[in-house]
Amino acid sequence: MSGIEQEQSAGFDRPTIDYIQRAAASGLYEIRGLGAKRRVPCFDDLLFLAASLSRYPLEGYRERCATKTLLGTRFASRPIELATPVTVAGMSFGALSARVKEALGRAATEVGTSTTTGDGGMTQEERVSSKTLIYQCLPSRYGFNPDDVRRADAIEIVIGQGAKPGGGGMLLGQKVNPRVARMRTLPEGVDQRSASRHPDWTGPDDLVIKIAELREITDWEKPIYVKVGATRVFNDVKLAVHAGADVIVVDGMQGGTAATQTVFIEHVGIPTLAALRQAVEALDDLNMRGTVQLVISGGIRSGADVAKALAMGADAVAIGQGVLFALGCNSETYVAGGEHLSALEGYAHLGTAPGFCHHCHTGRCPVGITTQDAELEMRLEPAVGAKRLKNYLKTLTMELTTIARACGKQDVHHLEKEDLVALTVEAAAMAGVPLAGTSWIPGTAAQPP
Amino acid sequence: MANLKPLPATREFDLARESLRELNLFLHRQAAAEGVSQVRVRNPDGAHSIACGLDAELDVQIHGHVGYYVAGMNKHAAVTVHGNAGPGAAENMMSGRVHVKGFASMAAGASAHGGLLIIDGDASLRCGISLKGADIVVGGSVGSFSAFMAQAGRMVICGDAGDALGDSLYEAVIYVRGKVRSLGADARFEPMGELDRAALRSLLAAAGQSHDPNDFKRVASAKSLYHWHADADQEY
Repeated sequence: MSGIEQEQSAGFDRPTIDYIQRAAASGLYEIRGLGAKRRVPCFDDLLFLAASLSRYPLEGYRERCATKTLLGTRFASRPIELATPVTVAGMSFGALSARVKEALGRAATEVGTSTTTGDGGMTQEERVSSKTLIYQCLPSRYGFNPDDVRRADAIEIVIGQGAKPGGGGMLLGQKVNPRVARMRTLPEGVDQRSASRHPDWTGPDDLVIKIAELREITDWEKPIYVKVGATRVFNDVKLAVHAGADVIVVDGMQGGTAATQTVFIEHVGIPTLAALRQAVEALDDLNMRGTVQLVISGGIRSGADVAKALAMGADAVAIGQGVLFALGCNSETYVAGGEHLSALEGYAHLGTAPGFCHHCHTGRCPVGITTQDAELEMRLEPAVGAKRLKNYLKTLTMELTTIARACGKQDVHHLEKEDLVALTVEAAAMAGVPLAGTSWIPGTAAQPP
Repeated sequence: MANLKPLPATREFDLARESLRELNLFLHRQAAAEGVSQVRVRNPDGAHSIACGLDAELDVQIHGHVGYYVAGMNKHAAVTVHGNAGPGAAENMMSGRVHVKGFASMAAGASAHGGLLIIDGDASLRCGISLKGADIVVGGSVGSFSAFMAQAGRMVICGDAGDALGDSLYEAVIYVRGKVRSLGADARFEPMGELDRAALRSLLAAAGQSHDPNDFKRVASAKSLYHWHADADQEY
């Protein structure tokens, strides 16, 4: 057969037919891990205009290019000082094993950056290994306690997450082992569905008072971050500034998750590119750039992505999925005793293969990262994971400074929007930078040349 | 040695003249060091975050009405409000005792992990929401959505309860004496056992209430939402 006999419908293609038939068979929506798989305008659609005659570059291998990053300078007496603007995003103990949390902390400490807890409280492993640890205050308040508030370096109030703005966390029963259950005050093995609203405050006026309470508890020492999933970013960022945030984290729709409904991951929220522009515009509108710092996350992968984010106005980035891939997520092998051992059988059991796996929600991670299984978690040796992640974070910072030097900047924070152009009309409109070769920024009053 | 004065055991703060920051800083860092075991607070005038983040066996007596988050994240301390309390009284309390002599606004005892919260009057919406192990005794009635997603701990309601009591409960148990306008998803009435009556007797005594435990009904989780399944529909 050929031609019309095998013509695939654009609207009802094979994946769509599979989706409908799975829904018909199960009566359940699909839950999975990681982030959006659909193509959306992203940092790949931007390019740098490096130095030439009109700008003067720095020597790429010789001249110093600063990467020091300060976060939380608005009200906190002890702001966060990092050696690089590349940070590790919030990921829970529960989603990840304690060994992975240790690896994150060790790597981050070695490169001088921060890690962030998640929807399961603070583990001793992460606190001990991570020199700079951001402690999340989530709607669930699982494991949230004043001792950990006091031993954190900053508090991050999580309003939403890019993969599921408006939705709560999810941890299916197979990952709720005795330790996870104890930390979250839940029955072992229960399918845990976190709240999507904070229990003790509602709306931006209350948030002012909640932030003030956390400042009182910490004697005004620690920065207070506010994290939002990217939806109505312009308004949300302004409200968070008014509420008294020191740092605002905006998580775009490409951001990952350990378990969320696919319909949520693919259809709720806006791309990181558009979210970042709106966040910067909000800070500009309030004349708060430089006073309130902005961290952007959601699909950041490379030093180029980091450089573009900084050029658009972010002070730092936070990376989740990239960090997991650096540890070995979706790799064919895992390392045990210095040897690479095949994980292919594990992928096959899940009905998937390296490069396609998003089965974090099952707890059967073939490479021992997103699991609470006592045997599987041994597949990630903290020292191996820490070394890989350290290399990845170092590479990103080196790529970032390479681009910054080529643009003539002595400090990565001097990258600016004028250094960027867009490859597509969509990206130009979302990022607010000109389409390459033109001075046209779609969506602005300026007319195409 | 004759020049040494005995350390004061009581300190008084007047929030009409001294700041909240001075009060909380004293409670966090100086009270124990100076041997002060009781602190009286005058003219709270609805201020928020009074006595939050305490981590010592202090007796704090607040004379007047307070705003949001009184005794938030409390550990060890006994805090008494001789007046009404705003939202989030004793939120995330870990241990100790918080006693509101008047009424409490929304989300009293939210996410509290331990300790005892006593409210002599009524409590508003979402009392005991997300409760994680603390005990709450309400002398009056509670508003709707109380004990929403409560995970552990006990809640005693001597009056009535509003709509959706105990929605999506986990292991927390509610004892209610009066009428319940409606139960939330997965909450159900269960028979009272001798252990329930003993627990109630103890909690009522601790809260200074004299009701008969036999007048209370027990509400707990039916546990039908503990595991994800298609038939739960919109209740999950």
